[in-house]
Amino acid sequence: MNIELRFFASVREQLGVAGERAEVPGDVRTVGELRQWLRARGGAWAEALAEGRALRMAVDHAVARADTAITEGCEVAFFPPVTGG
Amino acid sequence: MSVRVQREDFDLGAEVAALRSGRPAVGAVASFIGTVRDISEGSAVSAMELEHYPGMTEKALARIEAAACARWELLGVTIIHRVGPLLPLDQIVLVAVASAHRGNAFAACEFIMDYLKSEAPFWKKEETPEGARWVDARVTDEAALKRWGIPSFNASGTEAGSDGEA
Repeated sequence: MNIELRFFASVREQLGVAGERAEVPGDVRTVGELRQWLRARGGAWAEALAEGRALRMAVDHAVARADTAITEGCEVAFFPPVTGG
Repeated sequence: MSVRVQREDFDLGAEVAALRSGRPAVGAVASFIGTVRDISEGSAVSAMELEHYPGMTEKALARIEAAACARWELLGVTIIHRVGPLLPLDQIVLVAVASAHRGNAFAACEFIMDYLKSEAPFWKKEETPEGARWVDARVTDEAALKRWGIPSFNASGTEAGSDGEA
């Protein structure tokens, strides 16, 4: 499945990349599984997407949970808690 | 109803005039402006950078505005949030709400700010003598939103933040 990845703020800085197109294996079906799959890249990925880290996630611009499904062509974003206003 | 994300500054007077224009039923306007402080967590702040998630930000703000309109009888709402480099004294955010009577305007204005603080995808990075640092989310902001009956796990981490592993 081909998806668009987006990273923001401290997550973007840690990974050194703002986004990428990724081809993910068929058994990665949810945001939580995607996070786990990306973490397996190791290094900064393991750190930025670490299990215990309070990260927020979105699928196609809507707040997502770990069990939110990802679909062909969707945009998945990982970012730290928000601090605007 | 108007939602804007912009680098440019804004003018409260002009925005309130636009909000009231052609709406003789308006009897109350409440507004809030958030500004850049020169001190944060005990450190001097010389500058700030505001990042956001283009596309999602506008949708989040529109959803927040719609939630306010569903709760209170409102006659107009303006939300403006700036992004990019900002300096102490600069304006960051404006929320202005028009209604027939003050109660709805006061309440909706506070509700929108509380909602925005914990749910709109903006991030602040401060320049301090110790270096640049990302601002941490506050659990007090999360609590502010919870008192309106809206659960938030922005600062405390969440079921949504966990990746579903044991």
